[in-house]
Amino acid sequence: MSAATTLPTHARSSSRSRSALAGTGAMTRFMLRRDRVRLPVWIAGLTLFGVGTVGSFEQTYPTAADRATAADLSSLPAVTAMVGRIYSRDDYTYGVMTGHQMYVFMALLLGLMSILAFVRHTRAEEETGRAELLRSSVLGRHAQLTAAFIVVGGANAVTGLLIAAGLSGSGADGVTGEGSLLFAAGLVAAGLVFTAVAAVTSQITEYARGASGMALAVLGVTYAVRAVGDVAESGLSWVSPLFWGQVTRSFAADQRWWPLLLLVALAALLAAVAYALRVRRDVGAGLRPARLGSATASPALSSPLGLAFRLQRATLIAWSVGLLVLAVTYGSLVDSIQDMFDQISSLDDLIRDIAGATLIESWLVTVLSLTGMIASIQAVLAVLRLRSEETAGRAEPILATAVSRHRWAASHLTMAFGGSAAVMILVGLGFGIATALATDDGGWLGDMLAAAFVQLPAIWVAAGFAMAVIGLAPRLSPLAWLVPAYAIAVVYMGQILRFPEWTRALSPFGHVPELPAGDFELVPVILLLAIAAALTWVGLAGLRRRDIPVG
Amino acid sequence: MTPAIQIEQLRKSFGTVTALDGLDLTVQTGEVHGLLGPNGAGKSTTIRVLLGLLRADAGRAVVLGGDPWDDAVDLHHRLAYVPGDVELWPNLTGGEAIDLMARLRGGLDPGRRRNLVERFDLDPSKKARTYSKGNRQKVAIIAALASDVELLILDEPTAGLDPLMETVFQQFIAEAKTDGRTVLLSSHILAQVEKLCDTISIIRRGEVVQTGTLAQMRHLTRTTIEADTLRPAGTLAESAGVHNFHDENGRARFDVDSEHLDAVIRRLGELGVRSITSHPPTLEELMLRHYGDELAGAGARGAR
Repeated sequence: MSAATTLPTHARSSSRSRSALAGTGAMTRFMLRRDRVRLPVWIAGLTLFGVGTVGSFEQTYPTAADRATAADLSSLPAVTAMVGRIYSRDDYTYGVMTGHQMYVFMALLLGLMSILAFVRHTRAEEETGRAELLRSSVLGRHAQLTAAFIVVGGANAVTGLLIAAGLSGSGADGVTGEGSLLFAAGLVAAGLVFTAVAAVTSQITEYARGASGMALAVLGVTYAVRAVGDVAESGLSWVSPLFWGQVTRSFAADQRWWPLLLLVALAALLAAVAYALRVRRDVGAGLRPARLGSATASPALSSPLGLAFRLQRATLIAWSVGLLVLAVTYGSLVDSIQDMFDQISSLDDLIRDIAGATLIESWLVTVLSLTGMIASIQAVLAVLRLRSEETAGRAEPILATAVSRHRWAASHLTMAFGGSAAVMILVGLGFGIATALATDDGGWLGDMLAAAFVQLPAIWVAAGFAMAVIGLAPRLSPLAWLVPAYAIAVVYMGQILRFPEWTRALSPFGHVPELPAGDFELVPVILLLAIAAALTWVGLAGLRRRDIPVG
Repeated sequence: MTPAIQIEQLRKSFGTVTALDGLDLTVQTGEVHGLLGPNGAGKSTTIRVLLGLLRADAGRAVVLGGDPWDDAVDLHHRLAYVPGDVELWPNLTGGEAIDLMARLRGGLDPGRRRNLVERFDLDPSKKARTYSKGNRQKVAIIAALASDVELLILDEPTAGLDPLMETVFQQFIAEAKTDGRTVLLSSHILAQVEKLCDTISIIRRGEVVQTGTLAQMRHLTRTTIEADTLRPAGTLAESAGVHNFHDENGRARFDVDSEHLDAVIRRLGELGVRSITSHPPTLEELMLRHYGDELAGAGARGAR
């Protein structure tokens, strides 16, 4: 950097723009190669989700009367908070339904993909020092940032094109070609905004986790601000870019294109800010200096468990808060959902029938089961920490001290088993209190606590399976995701696509007593606990026998 | 007195790659023992077996009278380890990592910790993610040296340290020796082992090819001299302590044993020196000369 400033001015300016971008093409190809599996999976998933939903709308609301009821329900405050303000209420076609109910969710997902991908290719690379290696070769100052914009922007564009093509080809009532294009363009524009947000946060902090965390927080705030503004029907919604995409009113008779300009302009502005910030800092450094910490360890940091808690604390808090918000939201919806069931008959199909239970109870079983599955992701993550510590070379220094392998493993297992218990208690409390308040029936609190708690044995089976994989086949540790992924796939797709009953039986969540609709059964709970314990034991035995590290 | 470390016919393979091929090693209590070998020779694998991290396929290893695999926890109270690549927890500070590792080992001497932090010039309040390789290594070294242990196992501990810190490190190893601690130090730098160690074992392709005291290894510390002289230097070839004499168009090239260096230089001076270069043999040269290794092959085999 200092060498460049000693050059004569004319020499600098003439070659500046070209050299700043030198190597962008090679960098782009490199990023695409690294993402050759990840991005296609994201794109395919988003497309299937976006296009597939229209089909499920047709199934769920077959008649015009059903659609009118759906429109009435969609204007309830709770639904408005989740998906946005209703439009074209008198002509609530499948197209309008898609535009209204799907836009915000899809935009959130595209934003999530963009933020994770962008940070992975920029700040995460700098943090590991790999970017330095690349920058020292023939690579311009802006090449990495530009290549990341090309790759992530391209992924958004491809997703948009596929969704537009898929929707306009669906032939559902009201799903027009132009509307599909507008809907998809709105998604892409929102994706670009969050790409640019990630570009800015990647300049601010030195750490990838911080950069993606900050960008995801922005994503969350735009969602929350829009929700509050939409429910209150105030101008506050205009603060959120998610609302701008919504006011295109895609598929409505009076759809409009101009709000897209707002999104594109914001994306361009943020990108310009990112480039300007990039010039002002050194490679590897952030704009925000790293803080100093304590020069000595607190007494809490005296055991493997103390370390595991310190390492996983932030993640556990984030999961707890996230699931608590989810539980409170669902809980407060119970009353409106009851109204919905009273009015629509076809929704029955989406909820499994449980003999002798009311519809609302069956719905609660499904929702709590889903919450348990999401919580099992946290548990699996916590167990997988063992493996990531091992591959990062941080297990060795611990195991070279007077800490046995089992004690080391037990520390992270405690975070998995105890952490998921804490999360589910919070879920039960949040759900129970919110439901009790919404229905004026305090009896819900105990019911929901029990229903949340009864998920734990299934969650622990997922954690135990992860431990078994790490102990016996460490190189295959991504297999640990099988249990939560399968469980979620069965409950989501299985209901709509009518999977046979045995597919549920393969998932530990298929054996959880169906509280509050059904009765508590002791046998399956004990069996699940036994399986979780056996898997954990097998994993620990494998860990005791094998080499560390296994690369 | 029983040896601190005794290894007999140790074997270990990773898939098709043989890392240890019948390795024998004895480290006496109270000595500083250098494990010298090129990258990929099996130094780190040996150390990981001694720590009970890897399980040997065959052979026997005894550390401080115990089995490194079965008695790992008990033994680890009495030894400290510094890995070659020190990886720390990014969001812990250096000071926290030092305290954590020392506490897990069974406690540390706060006075010694303070002294070490000061002498190694480490800022313990910085987060580990901001540390350079050298600073991460300092953290591991301080954590190891601050603990009250009998045995120090150090795997290329100074690879990232600057020369000043290397000197500080040498002083602490000398102190450890005075305190009666045993040290096993692996390195691929001959000069470092020479300065610190009483005994050296040379490891190559998974086995120890030579072991002995520095005096016994005198031939390893020969100096290589290249000189351009006015009169032919051929007579030097017969002098005591001169080896591998070559004369290339009036330019002499030979190795001299350290104890004969003075005499040989005097005789060389009488011949009228026009130019002279001298350097200690590199490990690679030694390997090439004494064990017929190919230079390219030495570093190419997978480092473990």
